[in-house]
Amino acid sequence: MKSQISTFATKKGLAQMLKGGVIMDVVTAEHAIIAEEAGAVAVMALERVPADIRAHGGVARMSDPQMIIEIMESVSIPVMAKARIGHFVEAQILEALEVDYIDESEVLTPADMHHHIDKHAFKTPFVCGCRNLGEALRRIGEGAAMIRTKGEAGTGDVVEAVRHARAVWGAIRRLQNMPPEELMAYAKEIGAPYELVKETRELGRLPVVNFAAGGIATPADAALMMQLGVDGVFVGSGIFKSGDPAKRGEAIVKAVAHYNDPKILAEISRNLGEAMVGRNVSELPEAEQLARRGW
Amino acid sequence: MTKRLKTKIGLLALQGSFREHIAILKKIGAKTVEVRLPEQLEGIDGLIIPGGESTTIGKLAVDFGLLEKLRAFGREKAIWGTCAGAIFLSKDSFQAAHRQQPLLELMDITVERNAFGRQIASFETDVEFPALREISPDETPFHAIFIRAPLIASVAGDAEILSTLPDGRIVAAQQGRLLATVFHPELTGDDRVHRYFLSLVE
Repeated sequence: MKSQISTFATKKGLAQMLKGGVIMDVVTAEHAIIAEEAGAVAVMALERVPADIRAHGGVARMSDPQMIIEIMESVSIPVMAKARIGHFVEAQILEALEVDYIDESEVLTPADMHHHIDKHAFKTPFVCGCRNLGEALRRIGEGAAMIRTKGEAGTGDVVEAVRHARAVWGAIRRLQNMPPEELMAYAKEIGAPYELVKETRELGRLPVVNFAAGGIATPADAALMMQLGVDGVFVGSGIFKSGDPAKRGEAIVKAVAHYNDPKILAEISRNLGEAMVGRNVSELPEAEQLARRGW
Repeated sequence: MTKRLKTKIGLLALQGSFREHIAILKKIGAKTVEVRLPEQLEGIDGLIIPGGESTTIGKLAVDFGLLEKLRAFGREKAIWGTCAGAIFLSKDSFQAAHRQQPLLELMDITVERNAFGRQIASFETDVEFPALREISPDETPFHAIFIRAPLIASVAGDAEILSTLPDGRIVAAQQGRLLATVFHPELTGDDRVHRYFLSLVE
């Protein structure tokens, strides 16, 4: 067979190589190096971590390419960057920069209130957020090669990450108990492509790698998400908004590797300094809930 | 097959694609165990170091006291490294002096990380892998998936080349019971490299 560059297998495959790892939000090359040394499997290059996007208000957009390039030059691990939902030109720019993964992210202000990016049209793989199985399978149908449950970014409150992971895994468990004749109606009900519903039922899991995101702030939070069944975690504000980012980053990396070992978790959770301050999701006004973005 | 049922393969499970390896090993009748701590190396016959991020795997191996234990293991028993695992097995991975990542230095190979460029250059292709004839005589090329892949820049000493790209660049090597592939047999349905590794273990 002839060589083929950038197939769905290589796109999905990179996410498979990131499993059991922590992807950290970084805003400078200096942060990126701290993240790599702490054991991050990849970094997400962005101008402001979600907690600062919240504090700042205004329109949040793709980051300055200059800053993304500096981060790409500073580390050897994969570098991801965010495009606005539906903003396929931001995605084209990120592809031209040769970032390793594009996150079509609700953390930025959406550019299209009805349509996500046609991700099949790109050579660069995409990760997208979801709150439930239907949303995950719609994104995969559009070409996403990796899924992250959304959680509620920039809060340091893990409650939404748990809700979304349970929603996805719970739906998959129900799906596996369904007789075949019910699948079409179920696909219609959750607004997901029928073929992907069938595939998910056969696999007993999403057809692509599934990380958790949004509100993970401690090693225990990270291990909780892993025990709930996700393949790895994104940590945004939780590391560089804490008292000792290098130490906390390292501890979260260890917690994801040893998520099933409470003794090790107890050891690595000691003396990490201040966690990010955090905001209770239940106190956030609806308009400030980022997870609601995306359709 | 009865013998194989007793073969226990450890998967270095600090990070990466270890579950994919486990699925294939189970299919071909080997027992598997996840290894995250030094004591978990006891009683296993061979070890696979999966694909993943070599910097992460190396760091966690150091932090949890695995480095010397893995070196000792590899001097006696079979180890197979895929991609990040191949880097970890090597003597040298051309890192800048100030960013030296921990390596097991078990195989006399030098490995160049991200040799094909960034993710956008990741690819699949068929490679010749003559040693697989021992596993299935009607050897056909192996369909190999390369993801931000390294290359084996050179082999020395007792290390031998097992597979190359059509242009001669080295993508698999073996030294005694140590095996390195820079592509990912764990991502394909083809279990021949896994069976070849089991033949090195037994």
